[in-house]
Amino acid sequence: MSESSSYGVLASFGGADSLLRAVTELRSRGHGRLEVYSPFPIDGLQEALEIPGHNAIARWVLAGALFGGIGTLFLQWYSSVIAYPLDVGGRPYASWPAFVPASLEMVFLFAALFGTVAMLLAGGLPLLYHAVFNVERFSRSSSDGFFVLIRADDPAYGNDEESLRDLLGKFNPLSIDDVAQ
Amino acid sequence: MSRTASSDLSLETINDLSDIALDHRPRRGWWIAFLIAFALTVLLVISVVWLLIKGVGIWGLNAPVMWAFAIINYVWWIAIGMGGTFISAALYLLRADWRAAINRYAESMTVFAVCVAGLFPILHLGRPWFVYWLFPYPDKMDLWPQWRSSLFWDFAAILAYLIFSVLFWYGSMLPDLATLRDRARSRGRQIFYGLLALGWRGEARQWLQLERWMLLMAALAVPLVFSVHSMVALDFSEALLPGWHSTIFPPFFVAGALHSGFAMVLLLGIVMRYSFGMEAVITARHLDNLARLLLATSLVMTYSYTSEIFTAYYSGEATDIATVEFRFSGAYAWVYWSSIFCNVVAVQIFWWRSMRQRTLVLATIASLILVGMWLERLMLVVTSLYRDFLPSSWGMYYPTFWDITTLLGSLGLFAFLFLLFVRFLPIVSMHELRKLLHQGEALP
Repeated sequence: MSESSSYGVLASFGGADSLLRAVTELRSRGHGRLEVYSPFPIDGLQEALEIPGHNAIARWVLAGALFGGIGTLFLQWYSSVIAYPLDVGGRPYASWPAFVPASLEMVFLFAALFGTVAMLLAGGLPLLYHAVFNVERFSRSSSDGFFVLIRADDPAYGNDEESLRDLLGKFNPLSIDDVAQ
Repeated sequence: MSRTASSDLSLETINDLSDIALDHRPRRGWWIAFLIAFALTVLLVISVVWLLIKGVGIWGLNAPVMWAFAIINYVWWIAIGMGGTFISAALYLLRADWRAAINRYAESMTVFAVCVAGLFPILHLGRPWFVYWLFPYPDKMDLWPQWRSSLFWDFAAILAYLIFSVLFWYGSMLPDLATLRDRARSRGRQIFYGLLALGWRGEARQWLQLERWMLLMAALAVPLVFSVHSMVALDFSEALLPGWHSTIFPPFFVAGALHSGFAMVLLLGIVMRYSFGMEAVITARHLDNLARLLLATSLVMTYSYTSEIFTAYYSGEATDIATVEFRFSGAYAWVYWSSIFCNVVAVQIFWWRSMRQRTLVLATIASLILVGMWLERLMLVVTSLYRDFLPSSWGMYYPTFWDITTLLGSLGLFAFLFLLFVRFLPIVSMHELRKLLHQGEALP
């Protein structure tokens, strides 16, 4: 890998379909380190980029649900049986049925908290600076621009950016920009 | 379904929506509404300060009616929130794509309504500065919450619901905040939206995670809505009071919550549609669908009201029957019959399609339902308390000046927050609309 100051080459496309075609073609030519940017989620992109299908967020949501539910049950049990036992007419200290409602609410709360943190981290957020923001026209990616970035650490990137530009040119992009590091 | 208006929707129309937040010079109508809302918010602050100085005695509470406006307002506001969550979550799971145009402001409505609702139980505590005693935290007083009380369950429910709503609202707003960041022209706004957007880039990986997260959150939100309002209902039905001690209360409260929530979504939708010229986004079809939803919830309400009367007579309990009869013809009978008229009778006009297409009719009925649902909570709270088991503990309830100012102030605070939202945040889920436009199917 070359020690260059470039982050990669960014090409923009006019629509989701031409973007998807370019991505599929680039992948088939061995370009593995691609980043794709679009103003809305595009069906089929996950398959084209071969992003693994396993859903980490779902596991974190489950973990949060279990933590919130079991944790709240434990807290209520500890408080009623260990920390401050109160004998009310010989009833059992642990009133399990009455412990359920608050625990249920904490299931929702912690599932959402864990899930949201997992969503942000899995998407690489928060990250206020990114090299791709250096390209002026990239600001259109959040309204009507579709972009493909071939990262400089791509194994098939090579040292020759000219040939890469030629390759990208074959997919009729609207523009091609170098992304500074 | 009518798709007549959908041809007006394009990527440019969607992008123009972001300019509503980026426009530097708000219109005169916004300023007038904002000043009124601000004045009412100041009125709320004054009422709360006076409450803190003098105590809850400034309200009309007295034996036997110890719960009144604060609880009524609380239930009313949190119920309004339910409608927003239901629209954004349940309709998401049902793949009812038409929701994409209205879910953002419906969710915002939820967040603000829950914020306003949360104030009332705290103010009602008597010594609100000890509100942290509700939390189970380690302290030297050996102080623990009463886990077996529905009041604690309700506290857990509000806390969970508030935080959940904020997360759901904010997470699905990230791509739209990025749009505002990229389209903002002034440096200050670029930084403001840049920080809020957390560096969203619309990367394939980010979209994938966001969509997975949306699905999971929606799946959690639906049971959450039902559970939260069930907890609110349990505040009442855990008591042994006739008129409150009823197993139908949780589902009855959930239906009532959705009823008033949809009414508020409809009303705000009409207001936004005309003040921002959003006819291409919030179409006649949205208003029609909301009217149909109101019709459906009103039928559930009718069933619940009928079932309450039936159960009272079927039980043969003299006090239960007396409570129902006091509602029919007692001192507060006008409250009962007004709420029946607003929630059950007036809505039936929506059976006619032509009525569902008239904005004035839609806005009038939605307002009637909001008033009716507030009166219904007044009926439930006050008419159950003012006639207890013993005639010696009977008494009337009259609101005071401060009861009224607090209610008006809460409306002002909600409007204040909502007006700030339409001014500074993306009022429509632009990324979802773009996806719909791309798929070109079932456009809203």
